[in-house]
Amino acid sequence: MATLEIRDLHVSVGDGGEGSKEILRGVNLTVKAGETHAIMGPNGSGKSTLAYAIAGHPKYTVTGGTVTLDGEDVLDMSVDERARAGLFLAMQYPVEVPGVSVSNFLRSAVTAVRGQAPKLREFSKEMKGAMDALSIDPAFAQRSLNEGFSGGEKKRHEILQLEMLKPKIAVLDETDSGLDVDALKVVSEGVNRFGAAGETGVLLITHYTRILRYVKPDFVHVFAGGKVVADGGPELAEELENEGYEKYVKAGASL
Amino acid sequence: MGLDTTKPLSTLHERASFEVADFEVPTGREEEWRFTPLRRLRGLHNGSADADGKIIIEAAPAPEVTVETVARDDARLGKAFVPADRVSAQAWASFTEATVVTVPKEVEASAPTVLRLRGEDASAAAYGHTTVILEPFARATVVLAHRGSATYADNVEFVVGDGAALSVISLQDWDDDSVHVSHQYARLGRDARFTSHNISLGGDLVRVSPSVAYDGPGGDAELYGVYFADGGQHLEHRLLVDHSVPNCRSRVDYRGALQDQDAHAVWIGDVIIRAEAEGTDTYELNRNLVLTDGTRVDSVPNLEILTGEVAGAGHASASGRLDDEHLFYLQARGIPFDQARRMVVRGFLGQLVERIEVADVRAKVEAAIEAELDR
Repeated sequence: MATLEIRDLHVSVGDGGEGSKEILRGVNLTVKAGETHAIMGPNGSGKSTLAYAIAGHPKYTVTGGTVTLDGEDVLDMSVDERARAGLFLAMQYPVEVPGVSVSNFLRSAVTAVRGQAPKLREFSKEMKGAMDALSIDPAFAQRSLNEGFSGGEKKRHEILQLEMLKPKIAVLDETDSGLDVDALKVVSEGVNRFGAAGETGVLLITHYTRILRYVKPDFVHVFAGGKVVADGGPELAEELENEGYEKYVKAGASL
Repeated sequence: MGLDTTKPLSTLHERASFEVADFEVPTGREEEWRFTPLRRLRGLHNGSADADGKIIIEAAPAPEVTVETVARDDARLGKAFVPADRVSAQAWASFTEATVVTVPKEVEASAPTVLRLRGEDASAAAYGHTTVILEPFARATVVLAHRGSATYADNVEFVVGDGAALSVISLQDWDDDSVHVSHQYARLGRDARFTSHNISLGGDLVRVSPSVAYDGPGGDAELYGVYFADGGQHLEHRLLVDHSVPNCRSRVDYRGALQDQDAHAVWIGDVIIRAEAEGTDTYELNRNLVLTDGTRVDSVPNLEILTGEVAGAGHASASGRLDDEHLFYLQARGIPFDQARRMVVRGFLGQLVERIEVADVRAKVEAAIEAELDR
């Protein structure tokens, strides 16, 4: 059973020297395979920073604490090593990569993560099946990655990658933002399909409770002021739906 | 009509003449020479080059196409252009034999026509002339493949008749000691289509000046270029599209990658829309991807518009390093850094390479780009 453990994580934006700003101030979180965790918090609370720090984005510097995956030191790994170790970040704003086709990209990623190139025919079949399940037009396979895709199309492709790479721990950074209800349902079904297999832990980062009507979390964490300020079950999401983040923002600000 | 010997055309193209003496020897301070390292031209620009060098030309024409070797006085030569700088005039004054490619009226060539130009010795200069004539409504693809060691200056004329369509791929795949200064003059008839791909990969110094002039309305020119400059290499492309008649179209898209110390790429794009060229639709673009420290890019788009009645006119130029966000995204899917970098470069250049219609040329260019990335 895969386990992601985050202990007392401190992260700054910048190189960690003068002029850098601390955003995460001691995050503690444990995510195990088969569990779905929702991290909810107001804008600017540091939710996305947590996602990017786990993935290893160069813009962020870890100034303290540990992140381990099954006991292995994640912070010591390069970005691609983390992905091959089984971490996946579904991005809020996936970048457009001109001239790199979706199918070429997926095949390269699958080859890297699985450690060997899949047979072309089997790969094509697998990709087509995964695209069908997410209602993605097969023509997208030959298009440049994310180029000219709508917001909803980009998010579907993030979930497509998630389903094909089968990570141990998937971090979904505001995958629900900017989606209409239909796209939200398709994306949520993808996440549920994936979570149901029980092989993956899901960390769902969101600003809104809307997606939690379709993806049922086992745990809900409230994020404010760069750390987790409250933990609970699905009932916590309902409380946030009704009362908002106000009391947590105040608590976070006073830390 | 097109380039004119008497009146100044524009700030960048002030004169044109068949006489070498009508051009001052460049000093390097002139706008059109300031990016070119003149001392590396081996005298092509000042008449001091020994002219006993040779370029060996092998032709593999399509069955419907004729390729002839002709003497200097052949009446078909020099109809489509007037030399626009001293090296072009020098090449016109100095070549001994020319190659004429003819595609007869209304004939559609069933295969590409390939001219292989090979140099065996760069120590003496060679001068060349090639004229490609598409008679009205003809269609053809012509490949000019340059390789070997040479110090070479030439003029290439593309005469595209009314309603004809010509696609040209010029591959500058020289050895490291070569110098090549080339002018490619295209003249388009009414409703003619011209597509050009310049692929510049090898050579110490390559300076290619493609230009397009229109003789009638409805002309359509697409000019593409891909280059990969390594340490010490100077690769220069100077585009001129002269819109002198109404309702013509032009597109320019040149992209290059640079790596290692003193790799130098120059791109000059000039589009002139004259007062009488109403309804012109033009866009020119240059992008450069800088892969290492120590390189230099000069990219200058120019647009000289003399009428307000245009359908569209624009230009863009951007040079920069590999985008960290692209690399992060690919790496975040498990793809190692070096492979991610290759995919991004390959993709960036590949969008133009995939437009090359001749499959084996396309494969060759793709392989050459891979080899550059392996260096």
